[in-house]
Amino acid sequence: MGGGRPLGLPPLTPQVVMTAAKHTDRKEIGDVAMGLGADAGSAGIVRTKHVTFDQPGQELALEGGGTLAPFTVAYETYGRLSESRDNAILVTHALSGDAHAAGRHSANDLRPGWWDMMIGPGKGLDTDEYFIIGSNVIGGCSGSTGPASENPGTGRPYGTDFPIITIADMVNAQAMLLDHLGVEKLLAAVGGSMGGMQVLEWAVSHPERVHLCVPLATAARQPTQAIAFNEVGRQAIMADPDWRGGHYYDGRPPAKGLSVARMVGHITYLSDEAMQEKFGRRLRDIHDYSFTFSPDFEVESYLRHQGLSFTNRFDANTYLYITRALDYFDLTRRHGSLVQAFRDVTARFLVLAFSSDWLHPPYQLKEIVSALRATHKHVSYYEVESHYGHDAFLLEREKMEGIIGAFLASGAHTFAPAN
Amino acid sequence: MRRIDYKLIEDLVPHGSTVLDLACGDGELLSQLIRDKGVRGSGVDVSQEAVEACVTKGLSVFHGDLDAGLADFADFSHDVVILSMSLQQLRRPRMIVREMVRVGRQAIVSFPNFAHWTPRLQLFLGGRMPVSRDLPYQWWDTPNIHLCTIKDFRTLCLEEGLCIEHELYLSGVDKQPPQRALFPNLMARLAIFAVTRC
Repeated sequence: MGGGRPLGLPPLTPQVVMTAAKHTDRKEIGDVAMGLGADAGSAGIVRTKHVTFDQPGQELALEGGGTLAPFTVAYETYGRLSESRDNAILVTHALSGDAHAAGRHSANDLRPGWWDMMIGPGKGLDTDEYFIIGSNVIGGCSGSTGPASENPGTGRPYGTDFPIITIADMVNAQAMLLDHLGVEKLLAAVGGSMGGMQVLEWAVSHPERVHLCVPLATAARQPTQAIAFNEVGRQAIMADPDWRGGHYYDGRPPAKGLSVARMVGHITYLSDEAMQEKFGRRLRDIHDYSFTFSPDFEVESYLRHQGLSFTNRFDANTYLYITRALDYFDLTRRHGSLVQAFRDVTARFLVLAFSSDWLHPPYQLKEIVSALRATHKHVSYYEVESHYGHDAFLLEREKMEGIIGAFLASGAHTFAPAN
Repeated sequence: MRRIDYKLIEDLVPHGSTVLDLACGDGELLSQLIRDKGVRGSGVDVSQEAVEACVTKGLSVFHGDLDAGLADFADFSHDVVILSMSLQQLRRPRMIVREMVRVGRQAIVSFPNFAHWTPRLQLFLGGRMPVSRDLPYQWWDTPNIHLCTIKDFRTLCLEEGLCIEHELYLSGVDKQPPQRALFPNLMARLAIFAVTRC
């Protein structure tokens, strides 16, 4: 569910930048600054593309009833689709992510894609080998149709008239994107947190279209605690007077509410240890308490900054819709049990957990593994030792790259794309 | 040191069975079993390098600590559960043997026999902790924290209510076929037991 871009941290508090991210950031910015343009290991300059499905028969039938039509999907691709179309990998994003998974939008773009550390030439998801597809989920606010898009019925933004969407709906929209791109069967689907849920949904509802699945830091059903945190976030947004029942697009957006929602969410992406290490009880720019409610502690100013900067790039209604999709995610609901849900799965799995992730602790990943094993699916489980909490999947490049790369390479040998 | 028991273990594993290899390392035994015996196999190992090596080979592997048991594996979910030359390195060897016959119908365990005449002589005559080809560590850096003898393992089986279906030994040179040795507890360098719940 993680915080889209761990690299986009506040400039005023450089000490909070996590070391792994800091290293990458500095190196790549350095290369660009030196005028090298496409930095080594980077997917290079990329651009977000859009495809609109507005033809008869292209309506998106929604799990909650009704249809979405027309709709647009924003996407990016890196690398080249092979002639035999056997090297396509879909990378699915988390709550706050978007289609921009790798590379930069311009030579002086300081913020690379949200999984740039993993995607590029020679990286874990090697763009010299694979054709990588990133796309913004429907309901999103980064180019795909969502609550801020125009409602064709009224000519005004949907707001809360936008239908409730689910993880399955997101995946079905991605399937149409693959049709558009001429990809019949994915070599792999890879994603963390909400992205991991999409990966699981792919394996379950389109078993014939995906060969390898790599879900990271996720669950087969949204855990109670995560629903609880999401509800706090939603209530914060709805309590903001600027929210106005979700129809705020002609006025001020509910920035305060969204910012609080993001602050709560952000805490769940870190860990006690990581917070202790990054901030401790350090005060910010002062020697002693101010004895006021101003943000004395570094952790306070960090969270405020995270909350505020999030409001510049994210739509509050999308936050409501996507957290709802997360909460509704439960593979056992439609199938009775997880074992039953996985019955028709043909994909091979590599399931990754992160030791200090308390939003999706390793036991939730092991639950997926056990259910897959119960029906003799090919599944491997790997637990990354990390103290970064849930966000580890956006940070621990060195600990993930090898095993994911190895899994993709060995799995590619057993892949026969459909015709 | 490990490989000399692989061939014998392989002979004990039925064609086409489902196999779980505990402390599977780089997955060599599993690969052999899949290739030669057509088994459906997966492994468990605590080391990240081992897991990555298995994934590289296209094997199904579970990253986990055997000292924590096999809670993630269902009762009788496998035909055979193997533990090759690692029993003596576990903190709770008795618990893992119990877990093996819970998860599998049959358990195959191989271990170095501490009652072999070489360590006996080293201790008896030299008065020092044995160091040999099979046990190449000094006392202060050995991962072998729970060494046992063939007699010890038989006693464990008895106490755990396990029937010994096969008991094979290796002694002398590596290439030598398994021996139905006289005095195996003295003559066997390592032993391989196949056991089930009685």
